Amino acid sequence: MIIQSLAFYLFAGITVAAAVMVISARNPVHSVLFLILAFFNSAGLFVLLGAEFLAMILVVVYVGAVAVLFMFVVMMLDIGVAELREGFLQYLPLGGIVGLILLLELGFVVAGFVISPEVSERFSAPAPADIPNTEAIGQLLYTKYVYFFQAAGMILLVAMIGAIVLTHRSREGVKKQRIGQQVDRRPEETLEIKKVQTGSGI
Amino acid sequence: MPETAFPNLIPALPEIFLAVAAMLLLMIGVFSREELAARTAGYGSVIVLIVAIVFVGLVAEGRVLTFGGAFVTDPFAVFVKVMTLIAAAAAILMSRSYLEDHKINRFEFPVLVLLAALGMLMMVSANDLIALYLGLELQSLALYVIASFQRDSTRSAEAGLKYFVLGAVASGLLLYGMTLVYGFSGTTNFDVLEKLFADSNAGAPVGVIVGVVFIIAGLAFKISAVPFHMWTPDVYEGAPTPVTALLAVAPKIAAMGLFIRVMTGPFGDLSGQWQQIIIFISIASMVLGAFAAINQKNIKRLMAYSSIGHMGYALIGLAVAGQTGSPAVQSDGLHGMLVYLAIYMVMNLGTFACILLMKKDGRMMEDINDLAGLSKTNPALAAVLTIFMFSMAGIPPLAGFLGKLYVFQSAIQAELFGLAIIGVLASVVGAFYYLRIVKVMYFDQPEDGLDGPISFEMKSILGVMGVVILLFIFLPGPLLSGAEAASAALLPG
Repeated sequence: MIIQSLAFYLFAGITVAAAVMVISARNPVHSVLFLILAFFNSAGLFVLLGAEFLAMILVVVYVGAVAVLFMFVVMMLDIGVAELREGFLQYLPLGGIVGLILLLELGFVVAGFVISPEVSERFSAPAPADIPNTEAIGQLLYTKYVYFFQAAGMILLVAMIGAIVLTHRSREGVKKQRIGQQVDRRPEETLEIKKVQTGSGI
Repeated sequence: MPETAFPNLIPALPEIFLAVAAMLLLMIGVFSREELAARTAGYGSVIVLIVAIVFVGLVAEGRVLTFGGAFVTDPFAVFVKVMTLIAAAAAILMSRSYLEDHKINRFEFPVLVLLAALGMLMMVSANDLIALYLGLELQSLALYVIASFQRDSTRSAEAGLKYFVLGAVASGLLLYGMTLVYGFSGTTNFDVLEKLFADSNAGAPVGVIVGVVFIIAGLAFKISAVPFHMWTPDVYEGAPTPVTALLAVAPKIAAMGLFIRVMTGPFGDLSGQWQQIIIFISIASMVLGAFAAINQKNIKRLMAYSSIGHMGYALIGLAVAGQTGSPAVQSDGLHGMLVYLAIYMVMNLGTFACILLMKKDGRMMEDINDLAGLSKTNPALAAVLTIFMFSMAGIPPLAGFLGKLYVFQSAIQAELFGLAIIGVLASVVGAFYYLRIVKVMYFDQPEDGLDGPISFEMKSILGVMGVVILLFIFLPGPLLSGAEAASAALLPG
């Protein structure tokens, strides 16, 4: 038990610290690297919860794909993030005070939190003990939660349409390969045979 | 493997139809020539929306749950859905000439509006926090894209980006609130939540209340109520005008419907906790809407502030619904609110149709002074716009007056006198800038007139909306009874 809570505080602490570094690192590449660190540690939290499948998905999708994509974007677009952040230090004292007050206030509220003991009995989908949780997710996702699954699909469709609508431009004068035309070409249409006299050129 | 029954798809028929039709139109658009595609998608989507209204009407039979209790249809959902779909269809009809003039007449536009409408229907029918979030996100994502649809204009791109970034923040707040509610109650289903809070005598845990506050903040952003309104004027000004017409009406009505359902349903028993927040938001929106609009020169910005104010008036109804004690009064509050929203829809669609007609030499005009002397150059248009402005200001006997009357009346019945008094004062201040538009049209020297002739679509929209506003007082029956049934469906007893 004690190892579990130690691991929890380790993962949670690193996640929060890495998240802070994501927004405060000067170099955008460092930000992305800290983001990856945050993802890894969140995956660790999932493992602690007994959700191995989610942990693996988080690593595969977010670290594997999204973070690398971010990295590409950051490196390819020369965004002057440093300039954007110039005002950051200037506003830090005031912003920090406001944030601190909010944090204290939230802290007072949170101190009064009591998680009711019956919560775990009311879980709408408690984790089954006898099957691995990958299987459990599959069984729920396509049956009980099929509506959410489909709705999420529609959202992704909109995201795709949106990305195409906002960035795709059909440019004039682009040469495209037309295989049919290439195959149809005949020697008479394209070749011209000329007799060249020796020593005179064309 | 547990046996699961195939979900009952009938209640979700309008949504399924919309989704399939949107994808079909998308395919048609992709595989046909550009101009043909745009026209097919444009008219096709209007037909699809009308058919969807018919479906909504057909499946209306009491309260039906499906998809494991995550999706609900009831008379309330039907009422709000019909309003939303009408608003979306009108916005598409209005958009055609604008899109053609600005050479952005692409088939994706109506398809995205359809998908946004789908998201709105899903929001209205949500009976689960996850369903709520997914519907909201589908709607917002489609709207972010069409807000920056005129992508060669920096203003449009800026509007889309601003809307997107602030919308993402609001979604974050909403999600944070939802996780708190889930963490402290163990469920996301509205019915279970409602039962839980009704049973527990000690009241909800603090965590749930913090969660509810965050959810209110997220939803208040979507209806652009003060203090979450900052994005509204900029986005309304920058977005292409037909998009603004859509933004000002359809998503607001859907989000209001969602707001009502969330507050009176799962959190109905916590009304002591949230009523004061709603009262504050309502007063702040009314006052800001009234005062900030006075100095506006751009008519789209003016409409943005006006819509903030109108949301404040509508929220009075929700505050009344939070007044525990008499169910009859609560029901009156919701009833007034729904009637107000319906009238708001009609007035706003009409006004935006007029704004879309403000063209000089093929260029869109947005300054209020461009309307100078409209009564001489185009008396019919000036008369119609005057009707809408009078109605917005709440001058009897127009529909806008009756809408305000119902919400104020319900506030007085619920003994929320402060709300009612501030509401009346704010609407007096608001009348100033609505009447200023009328003054500019009738008493200022005319410059060169607006471009004619007005297309058939615009004429019919203006005609229908104008007639509804004028004659509502003689024939309020259908709307009132619809709203009555809708509000009765939400409140027990």
